[in-house]
Parts: sequence; structure tokens; C-alpha cells
Amino acid sequence: STRCFAALSPELKTTLDKVVTSHKVILFMKGTKDFPQCGFSNTVVSILKAVNVPFETVNILENEILRSGLKEYSQWPTFPQLYIDGEFFGGCDITIDAYKSGELQELLEKASLS
Amino acid sequence: EPMLNSRNRLNQQLRAKLSPSHIEVVDTSGGCGASFQVEIVSEQFEGKRLLERHRMVNGALAEEMKDIHALSITKAQTPDQWKKQQESQTSQ
Repeated sequence: STRCFAALSPELKTTLDKVVTSHKVILFMKGTKDFPQCGFSNTVVSILKAVNVPFETVNILENEILRSGLKEYSQWPTFPQLYIDGEFFGGCDITIDAYKSGELQELLEKASLS
Repeated sequence: EPMLNSRNRLNQQLRAKLSPSHIEVVDTSGGCGASFQVEIVSEQFEGKRLLERHRMVNGALAEEMKDIHALSITKAQTPDQWKKQQESQTSQ
């Protein structure tokens, strides 16, 4: 298949580098943590609340540049997108899986200690 | 070329690109055809982490993703993992 990515401009890439590292745990989602506007985003918010970790959310519905830029930056086509310690962790299904297996809690513990 | 519905197209793409030993694509849109759930078992997942496996599925469906509202990958396993899971389920 041909997958066509418009190249990220260096400026946008630098900005995204900063955004994804601005908090240890940051979730790019549809809506906000207090008012998720999509079931998948809501699920990840619930998981992060359940593991009791401080996290920030960014509403991608309010920023089209961020929305399209992040898809390329993460090489991930959908939202939510969870970043831990500046690294892309996954979307909703991966987060659910990691939460069930305990891998997420382990990683977050490590992240908060580092 | 016959018109294929989205579910068949997804099925076909995944079969062609990941040669799964098991695949199940479920339309979760309630008819509008824009939201799917995928369960897939493939040898190509061997030695790859979950994120990488999901990337392979997303990549296989890059064209289709443009029209899909939501794709949920509920399972991306190797044949070994799948076999073990089936066995543990039947022994319960």
C-alpha cells in the first residue's frame, strides 16, 4: 500500500518534541479529562485515574495542526495517544492490554521514580 | 471489480498482508460501516511487541483507515499465544 505522509516541518517537529515531553504522562485525546468526547478517550482517562498517576490531557479537537501533526509524529492514525516519559506508548487497546497485564502500572512506577 | 463492503475489504487486506492463521473482523458501527473490531493471529507478530503489532495492522489498513471512524484491535497474537489461550479457555 502507499502511505502518504506529508513531511512534518522541522519547526512543528521541534514543537511536538517539546509538547510530548512537557509532562511525564500526557494524553492527547478527544475532549478533556473532565469531559471526554469519545468512548476510547474516556477509557484511557479512566485507566489513568484508576492507576492514580498525575497526568495531563490535551484536546486535539481544538487544534487541527496538533491533530494532524501528531498522527505523523507518532506514526499512529487515531486518538487517543498516550505518551509516557516522552515516548509514545499506544492507543486505547494497547493501554487496556497493558493495564490488565500490569505492565502499565510497572512502567508508570518506573517513570515516576526516574 | 465487485463492490465490497468495508468489513470484507478489511478482511481481505489483512489476509493479504499479514497471512493470519485466525482473523475476525466485527462491524461495531451498528450498520454504518465505519467502526470495527479486529482479532488477528499471525506468525508475522513473532518477536514483536504489542505496539509494533498494532502498527502492522494499522499499516496494512492505511488506505482503509481514512474512512474508518474507529478501529479497535482487541487481539494481535502469535499462533503460539493463541493456542495457549484457546487451551486454557477449554480447560476451565
